[in-house]
Amino acid sequence: MLRVIVRISGSFSVIRRVGTIGTPRDLASPGFWQNVNVESHEKYLYTEGERMAEQDIALMAHLMRRAGFGSTYEELERRVSAGYEATVDELLNPEGQPDLDMDILERHFIDWRDMNALEVNQAYWTYRMINTQRPLQEKVALFWHGILCTGNSKCEHGRQVQLQLDMFRELGMKTFPEILRGLARDPAMVFYLDNCMSHKGAINENWGRELLELFSLGVGMDDEANYSEDDVKEAARAFTGWTITNPIPRYPYGRYESNFIYNPYDHDEEEKTFLGETGNFNGDEIIDIICKQPSAARFVARHLYNFFVADEAEVPAWQRTAPRDPEAIKLLEEEYYRSGYNIGAMLKVLFNSDFFKNARFEKVKSPTEVVIGTMRLVRDFTEPKLGLHPLANTIRYMGQDLMNPPTVEGWHTGKEWIDSGTLVERINFAADQLGNIGLPGVKDIVSRIESEQITNPEGLVDRCLEMVGSYQLADETRGQLVEHAGKGGSVTPGTQEYSQCISEVLQLIVATQEYQFA
Amino acid sequence: MTSTKKDPVLVVLQLSGGNDALNTVVPHGDPRYYDNRPNVRVPEDQVLKIDDNVGLNPNMGPMKKIYDEGKMAIIQGVGYPNPNRSHFRSMDIWHTCEPDTQGTEGWLGRTIKEIDPNKENVLTAVNFGRGLPRALAAPGVPVASVGNLATYGVLTGIEGEDQRADALDVFSRIYSPTLGRSMVVDYLSQTGMDALKGADILSTAPESYSSTVEYGSDVVGQYMKNIAQVHLAGFGTRILYTTAPYNSFDTHAGELAAHAKLWTDTSNAISDFYDDLREHNASDNVLLLVFTEFGRRVHDNGSGTDHGSGGMAFLIGDHVNGGLYGEYPSLEESKLLEGDLHFNNDFRGIYTSIIEDWMNMDAKPIVNGGFEKFALV
Repeated sequence: MLRVIVRISGSFSVIRRVGTIGTPRDLASPGFWQNVNVESHEKYLYTEGERMAEQDIALMAHLMRRAGFGSTYEELERRVSAGYEATVDELLNPEGQPDLDMDILERHFIDWRDMNALEVNQAYWTYRMINTQRPLQEKVALFWHGILCTGNSKCEHGRQVQLQLDMFRELGMKTFPEILRGLARDPAMVFYLDNCMSHKGAINENWGRELLELFSLGVGMDDEANYSEDDVKEAARAFTGWTITNPIPRYPYGRYESNFIYNPYDHDEEEKTFLGETGNFNGDEIIDIICKQPSAARFVARHLYNFFVADEAEVPAWQRTAPRDPEAIKLLEEEYYRSGYNIGAMLKVLFNSDFFKNARFEKVKSPTEVVIGTMRLVRDFTEPKLGLHPLANTIRYMGQDLMNPPTVEGWHTGKEWIDSGTLVERINFAADQLGNIGLPGVKDIVSRIESEQITNPEGLVDRCLEMVGSYQLADETRGQLVEHAGKGGSVTPGTQEYSQCISEVLQLIVATQEYQFA
Repeated sequence: MTSTKKDPVLVVLQLSGGNDALNTVVPHGDPRYYDNRPNVRVPEDQVLKIDDNVGLNPNMGPMKKIYDEGKMAIIQGVGYPNPNRSHFRSMDIWHTCEPDTQGTEGWLGRTIKEIDPNKENVLTAVNFGRGLPRALAAPGVPVASVGNLATYGVLTGIEGEDQRADALDVFSRIYSPTLGRSMVVDYLSQTGMDALKGADILSTAPESYSSTVEYGSDVVGQYMKNIAQVHLAGFGTRILYTTAPYNSFDTHAGELAAHAKLWTDTSNAISDFYDDLREHNASDNVLLLVFTEFGRRVHDNGSGTDHGSGGMAFLIGDHVNGGLYGEYPSLEESKLLEGDLHFNNDFRGIYTSIIEDWMNMDAKPIVNGGFEKFALV
C-alpha cells in the first residue's frame, strides 16, 4: 500500500486508499491532478469517482436506515453496485428474499412455540428484525404497529399480537382497504377495541371511533372536522356481528388463539348513513367509503412521511398543523389515488423522491431503530443464543415496550423519545456494543480501516463515520473526536493500540447527538 | 399536616405481579379463608396476629415490629371500580390514575412537575431499576433512572479509569450547548448534560455513606440501600422509586415457597431501610408507600393463586398513624366480585392523603378528581 503525502497550502494531508485512485504512474501524470478535487477544509484529496462512491454509500446508508434498520458497510457497497432504484425495488418485493427459517429457531427457543408472554414475543420480533433479509417488510410492520395499535395490556393471549404483526407483514405494502379489512377481522383488534362487545341494538363505539380517528381519517384536516359523531355511531352499527370465537379453555394444554367470526344474527341490517352516503352498509363498505376520502389520502401520506422521511408534529396536532412539506404530501396523495390506494406504490414514489433523499438525519431514531440498527452494525445475534431476552428488554428500557404501546394512539415519536433516562440507556447500549472488539461487525470495521493503513486522526474519524453509516457530525464535535483520536500520538496498524483507538472513536461516535438521528 | 421542617420525601416500593393480599394480611379469624384456601394458606398458629381477625404473614416479622411501634398503616381492600386483571393495564391504572381511558402521564410525574417546575434539580426524582415506570413519566420531567448506583453513569462500558475520564471529557464538550443547531439537537444536548450532571452527583452518594445496617443481597434490598444512600447524601431528592423484580409477585404456582421468600426479603429490606434512616437521624421526613397492582383470587388453584382484585397497601414512617385502615373485604360468597375480594377503598384516596397531608400539595389535578382521604399521616 502506497502512502503519499502532499503539501497543500502549508498543511499536510493524506490520500487515502491510493489503490482506488490510481497507480504511482497515474499520480505522476499531470492530467491525473485535474480530476482530483481538493477540499481543503477536510484536508483530503478525493478523485471525482471516489467522491461519488462515498456519496452513493451515504445515500444507500440513508435508504437502509429508513427502509430497514441500517446495514453494514459491506452490505452498502454491495447494494450501491446493484444500484439505488434496484435496491428500492428489491425492498418493495420482500418475497424475492428468503424468509427466516423459523423451524430451527423454534427448536432453540422452545418458548417460541407457545408465544404467550410479552417478553417472548418481543424477543422473537427483535431476532426477526436483526436477521431478516426483508428489512422493509419488518419496517412496514413496525410502521403499522405504531398506528393501528393493539397492545398486550389488553389481550388474552400474547401470540395474538404476533399474529397481527404477521398480518401487517403480509398486507402492509398492499392497498389501504386491504389492510383495514385485515385489521377489522384481526382477533387481537376485535378484542382490544371491544368490537366483540358491540351488538345489534346495543353498539359499542370504541372500534368505530378509533377506526375513523386514529386508523384512517384523523379528527380533522386543514382546520375542518373529517367526520361527525353520527358517522362514528353508523360505522359502529355497520361492524356489529364482527366478533371472535371463544378461545379453547387454557387448561390443560395451554392457550389457543381466537378466530374472527361474522355473526349475521347480531349484525344490524338497517340502513345507515355514513360520510354522506346511505345504504345497507356492512363493515367492508364502510372501509371502501373511508378509503375514497381525501382525508384518508392525507392520513396515509402524512404518516408515511412522518415515519419514513422526517419527524412531523405529533399526530393529535395534525388537524391544525399544516404538513412540514406540503409538496411531498401532495405527491404522495396523488400516488395514493393513481395506484388505487397502494402503499407499496406510495413507498416507491417516496424512496425515489428528492425530498426523501435530502432528508438525512431528520428523524430521531425510535428505541427499536437504535437497538436493531446497532445490532445489525455489530452483527451480533445472527444466530440463536442466550441473551436475546435481555437484549430485547433494552428496547423497553429506552421507552418502547414493543407490542404493548402506552395507548391506542401508539408512541409519541421524535424528540419525545428522549429523556435523561432513555438517553443514557441509548448511549451506553450503543457504546458497549461498539466497544466490544470481539463482535464480528466491529472486527470488520477495524480490519477494513487497518487494511487501508489510515493513521492520521482525521482520516480515522472520518473513515469510522463512514463505516457506521456515513454520519455527519457538527464541526466542533468532529474536532473533539479528531483531537481525542490524536491524543495518544500516532498509532500503528496491526497493534492493539490501533484497534483500541478505532474502537474508542466508534464508541464516541455512537455517543453523539448525531447518532440519535436516522 | 406534618410539622417536619425538612422537605417531605416520598419513597415508593412497587411489588410487581399482584401480591396475594389474603396470604399477606391473613384473615385468620374467618373460617371462609381456610375453606377457600385448602392448599395455599397460612396456618392459624403461624400468623403474626394483629387482632382476632387478621395478622401478618409469618415471614413479615420485621414489618410486624414496625407495626407494633405504631409506624405502619395497613390499608385493606384497596382497588378501583371495574378491576382489571391484566398486570400491565392494572399497573397503568395505578400509575396514571386513569381507570377508564389509557393515560400516559404518571401521578408522580405530575407531582414532580409541581415540586420543581423549572427543573432546577436534575435529581428531584430518582428511580432505581431499568426503564422508567409510567408513574414517574410526564413530558419534560427529568427523572434519573438508575440500574446500578455503583456503576451508574454515561459511557460506563469504557474500560480503564483514564480512558473513561477522557471519553467523558469529550462527551461533556460534545454535549455543551452551542449556537446554530436545531431545536431538537439543543434539547438532546441539554438532556445529555442533565444526565451527566445527575450521574456525577449520584456517584458521590455511595462514597459519603457509611452504616452499620447490612442489607440483603436481593434486588429489593440493594435498591432500598441505594435509596437510603441517595436520601442521606442530601441532594434534595423528593421522590424515590423502586420496583420488585419484574412480576415476581405473580405466584400462579408454587406460591407458598415463593411468597415466603418474597416477603422475607421484602420485609427485611423495608426494616433495614427504616433502621438505616433512624441510625442517621434521617427518618422523620420520609414516608414509604408499598403497593401492588391487584390482589389474587380468593380460591387457590392447588399450588398458587390467579389474578384477582382487591389488594393491600402499606404506609410506613415516623409520622404515620399506624393501624388498620378500611374494612377487610368480606369473604362471604355473595359479596365477592367474580370470585375476588371486593375493593372498598379507592387507591386514589391513599394518593390524595399522601399528596395533601404529606407533600402539602393540591391532589385533585394529580389524581384526577376528589377522593376520600385516610388519616394516615
